[in-house]
Amino acid sequence: MTLPHIIPRRVMITGVGVISPIGNSKDEFWDSLCNGRSGIGTITRFDISDYASHIAGEVKEFDTGKYIERKDARHMDLFSQYALAAGIEAVEDSGIDFNQYDRDRIGVIIGSGIGGMHVFTKQVTILNERGPRRVNPFFIPMMISDIAAGHLSIRYNLRGPNYATTSACATSGHSIGLAMKAIRYGDADFMLTGGCEAPICPIGLGGFCAMKALSTRNDEPERSSRPFDLKRDGFIMGEGSGIVLLEELEHALARNAHIYGELAGVGFTGDAYHVTAPPEDGHGAIRSMQIAIKEAGLTPDQIEYVNAHGTSTQLNDISETRAIKKVFGEHVNNMAISSTKSMHGHLLGAAGAVELIVTLLAMENNIIPPTINYEYPDPECDLNYTPNKAIELKIDNALSNTFGFGGHNATLVVKRYK
Amino acid sequence: MSHEDRVREIIVDQLGVDASAVTLEASFISDLGADSLDTVELIMAFEEEFDIEIPDEEAEQLTTVGKSIEYLEKKLAEKE
Repeated sequence: MTLPHIIPRRVMITGVGVISPIGNSKDEFWDSLCNGRSGIGTITRFDISDYASHIAGEVKEFDTGKYIERKDARHMDLFSQYALAAGIEAVEDSGIDFNQYDRDRIGVIIGSGIGGMHVFTKQVTILNERGPRRVNPFFIPMMISDIAAGHLSIRYNLRGPNYATTSACATSGHSIGLAMKAIRYGDADFMLTGGCEAPICPIGLGGFCAMKALSTRNDEPERSSRPFDLKRDGFIMGEGSGIVLLEELEHALARNAHIYGELAGVGFTGDAYHVTAPPEDGHGAIRSMQIAIKEAGLTPDQIEYVNAHGTSTQLNDISETRAIKKVFGEHVNNMAISSTKSMHGHLLGAAGAVELIVTLLAMENNIIPPTINYEYPDPECDLNYTPNKAIELKIDNALSNTFGFGGHNATLVVKRYK
Repeated sequence: MSHEDRVREIIVDQLGVDASAVTLEASFISDLGADSLDTVELIMAFEEEFDIEIPDEEAEQLTTVGKSIEYLEKKLAEKE
């Protein structure tokens, strides 16, 4: 849909940065994806013996000091530290020199599904044990989920549109989609955008355990995330951040930027059904995919790869499978589908961004990363999910889904730039 | 370690500055790069370290390294 007085502009993705359970650089991340390497393990950060689930995808060997001064890091919850690191990686990857541009036209939209759970837990404990006088003055600015966007804008002095979105596990689908629209309709020329999350702490684990949402395959962590497999038993929390640089086409061409792909369509819908469960027919997901494909100027039969939300929960994987079948019809047998959450786990508010980066790297390298741990077919999930081994496939058009508690759906469509 | 050394160590740690910058005249905000939240946190760190309570109206006067050391020495002498 186009406003009559505005000529929509084309939006390119020209930089990517990722901090994840399977790598803290683009190259390490891609190498893990191509080789089907799991980043899931037994939680090491705290004593997990009283919890039903013992497993998560932790970020390994994260070097805070590489990105953030010690004093500043002390005043950031882990989710913000991950976002700053991934943001710096994305800026460096893009090769951009912001000094060449009007900083009022460069914005930042970065969301977190939850925000600073670590600092929240610590400060509530202090409040209860020692009273309000001992609450840290940095508690609020550390905890609020929009603060990562603030930090990244301060780091690079970027003064365009600046905020966060929050929609649980669809958070960064919305962040990136809105950032795309900011460029498309003229509010900005460049946007740093994505999501971040750091939920691996006692209350995060306790909360998801109480919902019985997590896998309890505690003796085989690396085999626990098994989207679409009959024996899947819940999702696995991941942590980290994915950030991309979006850039208006003429700017990207003028500086001869490396273009990973065109962010061509976004679809946002609501299920209006249940706080945590998707509708059985996946109608919200169906519409978000259809809207995104249409905005991209494509028809469903032109999509060659779907990076599925594929959480490894009973409900999502059936509902998403039904939605994909409905959207693509017969074409479903001619395209590749995979859920890379099988390797990096579910990064919640960072999932959409990290998986958009997966999709871009798949297009760039003509390789589809697999759904690992796929062993036992589920009659209700009967599509080709690229089981266990990466495949070579040239793709020009791809789609990435994110769905969140609350019935939020966001789909992003990318095209090879031509 | 003397009280003064402990105060200096806290300032270096909290504000992330070089020990050489922590002169008696140094102002937390103008010279050592603190903002208002940093100064609140710094006062809390003094309270923690010396197990004392610093009332808000007195805390507002502690704007430099020297004033803080002088105040804390006096406060700790009273305590003993």
